[in-house]
Amino acid sequence: MKLELRGITKRFGTLVANDQISLTVEPGEIHCLLGENGAGKSTLMNVLYGLYTADEGEVLLDGEVQHFRGPGDAMAAGIGMVHQHFMLIPVFTVAENVMLGHETTLPGGRLDLDAARTKVNEIARRFGFQVDPDALIEDLPVGVQQRVEIIKALSRDAKILVFDEPTAVLTPQETDEFMQIMRQLRDEGAAIVFITHKLREVREVADRITVIRRGQVVGEATADQPDTELAAMMVGRAVELTVQKSAPKYGANSLVVQDLEVTDPSGIVVVDGVSFTVRGGEVLVVAGVQGNGQTELTEALVGLQKASGGSVVLDGQEMVGRPVAEVLGAGVGFVPEDRSTDGLVGEFTVAENLMLDRRGGPPFVKAGMLQLGPRDSFARDAVEEFDIRTQGIGEQVSRLSGGNQQKVVLARELSRELRLLVAAQPTRGVDVGSIEFIHKRIVETRDAGVPVVVVSTELDEAVALGDRILVMYRGRVVGIVPSTTPRDELGLMMAGITPQKGSDVA
Amino acid sequence: MTATTNAPAAPVEVRHVTVVSRKAPIALASFTALFALLIALAPREGSTNFRLASDGDFVTLPALVVPGTATAWVCVVVAAVLTAVAFAYVRAQRKVPLWVSAVFAFALLFGFLAWAGAGSARDFPVSTLIFNTVLLAVPLVFGSLGGVIGERAGVVNIAIEGQLLAGAFTAAIASSLTDSAWAGLFAAMVAGVTVAAVLGVFAITYKVDQIIVGVVLNVLVIGLTSFFYSEVLVPSAERLNSTTRFGPTPIPVLSGIPIIGPALFNQTVVVYIMYLAVPAVWFALFRTRWGLRLRAVGEHPQAADTVGIKVERMRYAGVLVAGAVVGIGGAFYTIVSVSSFNKEMTAGAGFIALAAVIFGKWHPVRAALAGLLFGGASALRNALDIVGAPVPSQFMLMLPYVVTILAVAGFVGQSRAPAADGQPYIKE
Repeated sequence: MKLELRGITKRFGTLVANDQISLTVEPGEIHCLLGENGAGKSTLMNVLYGLYTADEGEVLLDGEVQHFRGPGDAMAAGIGMVHQHFMLIPVFTVAENVMLGHETTLPGGRLDLDAARTKVNEIARRFGFQVDPDALIEDLPVGVQQRVEIIKALSRDAKILVFDEPTAVLTPQETDEFMQIMRQLRDEGAAIVFITHKLREVREVADRITVIRRGQVVGEATADQPDTELAAMMVGRAVELTVQKSAPKYGANSLVVQDLEVTDPSGIVVVDGVSFTVRGGEVLVVAGVQGNGQTELTEALVGLQKASGGSVVLDGQEMVGRPVAEVLGAGVGFVPEDRSTDGLVGEFTVAENLMLDRRGGPPFVKAGMLQLGPRDSFARDAVEEFDIRTQGIGEQVSRLSGGNQQKVVLARELSRELRLLVAAQPTRGVDVGSIEFIHKRIVETRDAGVPVVVVSTELDEAVALGDRILVMYRGRVVGIVPSTTPRDELGLMMAGITPQKGSDVA
Repeated sequence: MTATTNAPAAPVEVRHVTVVSRKAPIALASFTALFALLIALAPREGSTNFRLASDGDFVTLPALVVPGTATAWVCVVVAAVLTAVAFAYVRAQRKVPLWVSAVFAFALLFGFLAWAGAGSARDFPVSTLIFNTVLLAVPLVFGSLGGVIGERAGVVNIAIEGQLLAGAFTAAIASSLTDSAWAGLFAAMVAGVTVAAVLGVFAITYKVDQIIVGVVLNVLVIGLTSFFYSEVLVPSAERLNSTTRFGPTPIPVLSGIPIIGPALFNQTVVVYIMYLAVPAVWFALFRTRWGLRLRAVGEHPQAADTVGIKVERMRYAGVLVAGAVVGIGGAFYTIVSVSSFNKEMTAGAGFIALAAVIFGKWHPVRAALAGLLFGGASALRNALDIVGAPVPSQFMLMLPYVVTILAVAGFVGQSRAPAADGQPYIKE
């Protein structure tokens, strides 16, 4: 089936998320939609899928104008979508998720689970993988969950498949396998829209590329164009794709983590005997696929999670068991993984967020009273120094873009005298311009002699930013290797396979 | 996508440790100690007669006569042994099995009754205790079933109390006017649905905080029914507030079983509806398309939306059905229990039902059992009154609420509400 989008415009208030976007996808091709976070790719696909109604423009299938009032209509017309955040119900089984919305029933109203099981097995066999139809989604690894999403789309005979940032949660090996599935689908005649911001993947599978920036189509590209050109189209200017940093100059500070263990309430050991040392002046990147204990590790470092065992020693002082305020007071800067829930108070102003960790005393609080003058001048300096794009320090922080929000968090954490910086996914959902800036500041912090721990799920970032890379899998350390380690070796480690060569376990 | 599909078996497995809670043995130990203290400080003379037979049994069982205080001490010993068993389980890093708690509860209950009934001139009516347990559980079970349906669809229903009260009120009027208990039952369902519809409009369509809407609805229903009670029902009580009630309908054969027969199968139609409603709700939630979709919108409404399920429509369906179910429970007050409506006569049963929902882990069968447990606490109070137990009546009035707090606080264990429970679905 041929898909055509004509002049799609979608506005949210004054924001034009999609501005006159036109796009054609032929059956049997993989069409890449390349663009930064916030460029409007997902909005466009949600229009196609009937989740949003376009303000202008139309969707055509095989030349016929469609009017989708909801995802149900889009699905019935043969469009399947694999969302960035999986649309699976964690407490349902695979079969239940696949049948949901088009269930068949037996006489008496009983659900026909056997039919759903058969369907799951049949589609899985076609693509050569195995999925247990009776497994609960929450027990499955993300890679398998994604396959369930694909099975779900195919079980409704989707002819047009949309993949929204499908590789964000996959290991490099899983990504390769996913690309293979996509090619097989294409060869069977499906029209595929592949949304991504990762240039490597685009060049590998794309038959055609459309680049979107700020809600507009800025042009078509071919897969053989160099990375710098694609990136420049995507961002709108020349981009520095590498991080400039010199060899580490080790300082006196150090963080020594020994056999750290965190157990979640249901008894799963989410951080299992993790040991490492970070010296002042180096960046240790904790790499791994999301959900392998990195979040809990960083939270245990600053005391947000209770360690069930082990020790965290910063410059000779034990940090385990101390309250968060004390840990931060000891000179630990923390950039949490989710800035909107843990890093900032969205309803507060930029200025208020910048002083959030210093309610305790001077210069911002005297005799229990907020000192507005010092607060505002501090905020103005920070806005200036960190290039935070805001209408003013009195603006609500939730109104800033993701990149600028992250800069507020970073400005707050870096404005104190630090002895350790812990940054969890500091560039997730951040535009390329801000990524460059954030990387630069992290490297400056390192060069000032501070030990830095960065959690990243993006291999490119890990390699670019880290002096050494610690790979976590299922709560354990697979290995600690120099950042010069080849990518495929790192990829294998992310799947839990220990490297052959001896690693410099610090 | 062929050879590499089943990725090389991961060498590392996630490690599990069993998180053993010390709550159970500690709670058992404190109960044992408290009970021992009670009978040590206030020993009672005489023996206790447990009356097992009632009229109409095929076999007439003799009464069970035991010496009061001695039996109580035997029960203390049994409880102490079970406590030791529980400690042994925890020391071995294992969970305390349910039978330990169950036998413990039975031992302490029996010991308490033996102690309380000692020396009383009256027999302790075992069958009546069971009969009342079932009867008093009716509004709680229907209330909790409604609560489970609503919360499974993602709408927290604090207004169960209001729905019960509205049901009781309308059932009273309808039954008085028509002289038909069935009409009262139907009217109660309509009243429950009406309150549910208001909840739905605010909570689903207008996305108002569900807790606030629920609380406001409760206050509203209390206010309205109290107003109409004194302005309309009291002046013409003969015509509007003297209901025709359901009488007991014994089920042949089953009602002749000793002890449980008369207790379980010589009840009113509403109780039999309850017996059927529990498995029916379970089947509807877990075995039908409707239930699958309902649970989907309660767990992950966005996922449901993306497969073409109308989230708001589905939630309305859940809330309205729940309203009808709760309404039946409300009818209990005026067409089963007594024959007239009275101000605020539900007396917090809706909140106990809400506790039963949580205690029952959002599962219809478990929630109904929890409702039965709470009903049992009320029935016990009545039974103790009959034998003239030496416990202040204020304390016995507290009993169901104490059981509720203990149940909800300590013994629920790990329970997980539907993921989107209480959250309005807002399309981006």
